[in-house]
Amino acid sequence: MKEKTAKEPRPPINLWGPAVGVGWLVPGGGHFLLKRYGRAGLLAFAVAGMYLFGLMMRGTLFQPERGPDLLTTLIQYGGFIGNVASGLPYLLTVWLGYSQPDVPGAVHDYGTKFLVGAGLLNVLALVDAYDIAVGKKD
Amino acid sequence: MPKVTLSHFEAALLFAFFTSIVLGVVTRKTDRERGVYGLYSFGWFLAALFGLGWLMFLGNR
Repeated sequence: MKEKTAKEPRPPINLWGPAVGVGWLVPGGGHFLLKRYGRAGLLAFAVAGMYLFGLMMRGTLFQPERGPDLLTTLIQYGGFIGNVASGLPYLLTVWLGYSQPDVPGAVHDYGTKFLVGAGLLNVLALVDAYDIAVGKKD
Repeated sequence: MPKVTLSHFEAALLFAFFTSIVLGVVTRKTDRERGVYGLYSFGWFLAALFGLGWLMFLGNR
């Protein structure tokens, strides 16, 4: 018979919510809020740098829309989530009217991947900020 | 916003650079370990880049 392990109680949201929320909005902001200034600076540099290069390569932002098949729909929604995960850089880009159509070309394609990649790097930073906030990490 | 045109190699190098920074920052416990892991990740990205590059070159002959 398997032994049931006791579930750890979920940490209260007021412990990690601000760090994760600010970290999403401003890349590196969660670490800054938790007084990890050096790491905050590195994360901000990496995420913002990748995002800016994505823009300068004229990458495309994904839209949450259904495609003709399941794979296209998954790519559209997944890409959109990756874009939104960048936080303020994504919001500013949309508010300032950046609209790059999806055109063929390796550089544009790299740009699109950089824009999504920046958001995914920010997700890693958010998970780290969460771990620090709840005391799992220093 | 200026437009940049990068080669495949430059774009992959840039991707490796930014990703290695984040991987180094979030995966280890001390600053020294973070720096070492960041360089280690970057080294593996480069190895994969050159390895796959050679593989494609030889496979295309």
